Amino acid sequence: MNKKILFTLPLLITLVLFGYFFWALTKPGRDPKILPSVLIDKPAPEFNLVALENLGVPGFSRTDLTSNGKVSVVNIFASWCVPCLAEHPDMVKLGKRDDINLYGINYRDKPEDALKWLNRNGNPYHRVGRDPKSRTGIEWGVYGVPETFIVDASGTIRYKHVGPLNPGDLEDKILPIISSLQAQN
Amino acid sequence: MRGLFLLTAVLFLFTVNSNPVKAFDPDEVLDDPALETRAREISKEVRCLVCQNEPIDSSNADLAKELRIVVRERLVAGDSDEDVKSYLSARYGDFVLFRPPFNTATFLLWFGPLLVLGVGGIGMFFFYRGNKKLKVANPLSPEEEARLNLLLDKDNKTKGSDSGEAS
Amino acid sequence: MIAELGQFAIIMALLAAIAQSILPLIGAERLDSRLMAFGSQASLIQLLFVFLAFGCLTQAYIVSDFTLVNVAENSHSTKPLLYKISGVWGNHEGSMLLWILILAVFGAAVAAFGRNLPVTLKARVLAVQAMIGVGFLTFLIFTSNPFTRLLVPPENGRDLNPLLQDPGLAFHPPMLYVGYVGFSVAFSFAIAALIEGKVDAAWARWVRPWTLTAWTFLTGGIALGSWWAYYELGWGGWWFWDPVENVSFMPWLMGTALLHSAIVVEKRNSLKVWTILLAILTFSLSLIGTFIVRSGLLTSVHSFAVNPERGIFILFLLAIAIGGSLALFAFRAPSLKAGGIFSPISREGGLLLNNLLLSTACATVFLGTLYPLFMEALGGGRVSIGPPFYNNTFVPVMVPLLLLVCVGPLLPWKRADLVGVLGRLKYAGLATILAILLAWYVTEGGPFLAILGLGMAAWMLLGTLSEWADKIKLFRAPLATSWQRMIKLPGSAWGMTLAHGGLAIAVAGMISTSVWKVEDVAVLKPGETISVAGTDYRFDGVRELAGPNYQAVEGTFTVSQNGEFMTILKPQKRLYNVQKMPTTEAAIHSTFVGDYYAVIGDQVEDGGWTVRIYREPMVTWIWFGCTLMVLAGFLSLADRRLRVGAPAGKRKQGKREQKSQRNAAA
Repeated sequence: MNKKILFTLPLLITLVLFGYFFWALTKPGRDPKILPSVLIDKPAPEFNLVALENLGVPGFSRTDLTSNGKVSVVNIFASWCVPCLAEHPDMVKLGKRDDINLYGINYRDKPEDALKWLNRNGNPYHRVGRDPKSRTGIEWGVYGVPETFIVDASGTIRYKHVGPLNPGDLEDKILPIISSLQAQN
Repeated sequence: MRGLFLLTAVLFLFTVNSNPVKAFDPDEVLDDPALETRAREISKEVRCLVCQNEPIDSSNADLAKELRIVVRERLVAGDSDEDVKSYLSARYGDFVLFRPPFNTATFLLWFGPLLVLGVGGIGMFFFYRGNKKLKVANPLSPEEEARLNLLLDKDNKTKGSDSGEAS
Repeated sequence: MIAELGQFAIIMALLAAIAQSILPLIGAERLDSRLMAFGSQASLIQLLFVFLAFGCLTQAYIVSDFTLVNVAENSHSTKPLLYKISGVWGNHEGSMLLWILILAVFGAAVAAFGRNLPVTLKARVLAVQAMIGVGFLTFLIFTSNPFTRLLVPPENGRDLNPLLQDPGLAFHPPMLYVGYVGFSVAFSFAIAALIEGKVDAAWARWVRPWTLTAWTFLTGGIALGSWWAYYELGWGGWWFWDPVENVSFMPWLMGTALLHSAIVVEKRNSLKVWTILLAILTFSLSLIGTFIVRSGLLTSVHSFAVNPERGIFILFLLAIAIGGSLALFAFRAPSLKAGGIFSPISREGGLLLNNLLLSTACATVFLGTLYPLFMEALGGGRVSIGPPFYNNTFVPVMVPLLLLVCVGPLLPWKRADLVGVLGRLKYAGLATILAILLAWYVTEGGPFLAILGLGMAAWMLLGTLSEWADKIKLFRAPLATSWQRMIKLPGSAWGMTLAHGGLAIAVAGMISTSVWKVEDVAVLKPGETISVAGTDYRFDGVRELAGPNYQAVEGTFTVSQNGEFMTILKPQKRLYNVQKMPTTEAAIHSTFVGDYYAVIGDQVEDGGWTVRIYREPMVTWIWFGCTLMVLAGFLSLADRRLRVGAPAGKRKQGKREQKSQRNAAA
């Protein structure tokens, strides 16, 4: 009798396996290429970035995330990054708000290229720091451009978005998180 | 053939030991060969995040190159191999390491093969025990008995052609 | 027009497959010979239509018909003809059609060569084979139609990925697919046997050539793939434990186990249930392999475009095929009668141990490939599983298997005297110790484990050779007698010796090149020399040249050893015109003891060029060993006694059947 159970074992194992496959394929928004950040709910790393010269906004460091009691959106961008252009209008929208900080980390870029890019498309950022060798990027666990972090007023990383903000992402994901973080204060 | 092999083998293997291993890009190489070797070993176990399935050691990506330099800087600063790896995994998660850490979540991964072997071994044990019972019930036929004796006695001589058929 | 013909052909093939999967089954149930015979006819009709469809797609590629989405996305008019043809299977839709074509060829081959199969078994096998065909034809037509037209055809195509524009990769997928799909026959035979409720020695003999064919091609396909990675990816590696490599390796491991356990069924009428399970699992792993590459479940360098809709479709197909067959197994296998008994130390025992170790090895690769997915499902975060994991788990499982490779064939059936058998390996053992000492001396006491590894390879080879010498009574009988015995050795015996010997050689190559590989990198200006592992590489400069669809920079290196000229290496760096993708073409000088491998990189600011030089000791042994294994497969297939439907072999076969029936009765 228990021999019969033995013979059904391969079937049972396979069913469990297919359950996992099914879960993985149907889970909304799952993309094996996107790596979730391990820094969520951890304090933002220490860093100090120099300004992009002639842009007219200062660079920034870790203290600027906590100095004014506002929620910060930290966006990693570069002039060579095509998807960055796609999400640029969303950055412009965010940049118009004065109840949050919008900081840009200029990732592995030549300063003159970055300046040209920002002058052409408009600079939405309140502060821009240069990260030519991606060292600060590494501290933040950045592996692609663009990436967008939301940091609360106490300097804790609360959210990370990998890749460009697609239509709807700003309204459905980013803004609600900002509002709830502001409400917590 | 063997002689030739030996000669050439001696030629190239001698030089192996005298030649320190070097990094992927000339400008990254550390002066201290011991540190450089450690850096190479670590680099082979760190995943290049933008190439999906390649170690940073062999990747051409900018980020991989930067991470190679970071690994070397931390080694120069006196970090142990484990320190360097945990520095990276603290920022990129365990995903960045090709050797998954050993913890409760990966227990089944690391011990899975042993488990399969064990279960299979137990299965085999019961299979042979069942066989033994069967054997008592069905003794060998006289013909088989004779053949078996033949095999056991004249092990060497009679076996040749028989084993030939068997593969 | 030609695309519409192709479209029509795949629909007709589907209809033929549907009829073939139903009518012969009914025929076998009712013993209606006309319905059963329909299976053979339908399989030929199905093949004809699939072949027609494949021909249409190939034609569309050859004439660069960019009105087809598939051609426009994967071809270009300037591509050389070979890559226009190989481009047919260099994409998801086309490779799926190739898969189905091979499936249909195997089905028709069973129909054509299976004349001496019992009619009911043959009808059921063909029906099961057609069911697989129905599944994949449906998948092709509804989710991956290669004949979809473009409303506005582009002026030219987007070209094939340059990495795939290589002779090695042109033939790698077809070989791999013959391997994957070939196991479908073993699967169909297993299902048919479960339906019939009968597995015996004759069944095992009928399945054997199909399993062997599949195994041989899979071996060749995997070897070709690793060779391609070695010379094309440009960093001298040949195996990366990438998911795509793993999914081809798993059916190989399982198929190797199947090949060995089927021997026990054939000779001793034992291990029947286990062999049936192996046949099901081997093909299931082939299916899962096809599935993972195409679903986007795991990421890999080689995978096709991700499409979740397709993934769900294949998932259901697989759930039906694998779940259904395992359910049938659970239901029917308990009623299969147990066969001959044997002691743990015996030929059967050896083969069973081989199976245990191979299954464990396969499970290890399976865990390593899919565990990241399980962890994610359990909320454990993402992990990477790479070479360190396999070195610590897969290798220890393989070591005992490799050590026993030459012991097993010496064991007599049923019950053996281990001490006696090991005694017959004493010369091999002594020679192995000498080989270890030699390796230790040559490498100046190099890494201890690596030297033991080389000793293991030597043991495998020497033990296999001494088993062969034993068989022909070399040095124990007059040479003429040995000669006589040797030429009378059946193909399957040669096959075993050659396959095990080839494995030994491949293992030696793997160990040497992993441990003693030397690499160096430098920035060189023309005229400068770099010395790597005692060999001087003088960089003579670069020249630019234009290929049919790429621009290239070619460097020239004069290689010399101790001042003596050896060869000239000309590595290239190509930029393909259409996809603007750079590739490296390594220049390799292969010798018996190792490869001299040069790669040219980018030009740096001061005018020098980055060059990489690798010295890969004994690396070609890997592919030489694999070639021997492939050859062994063909030799074994040529064995007259085991050929299905070979008229001259019938008399002998009949006799052997009687013998095995006697065994079964005992």
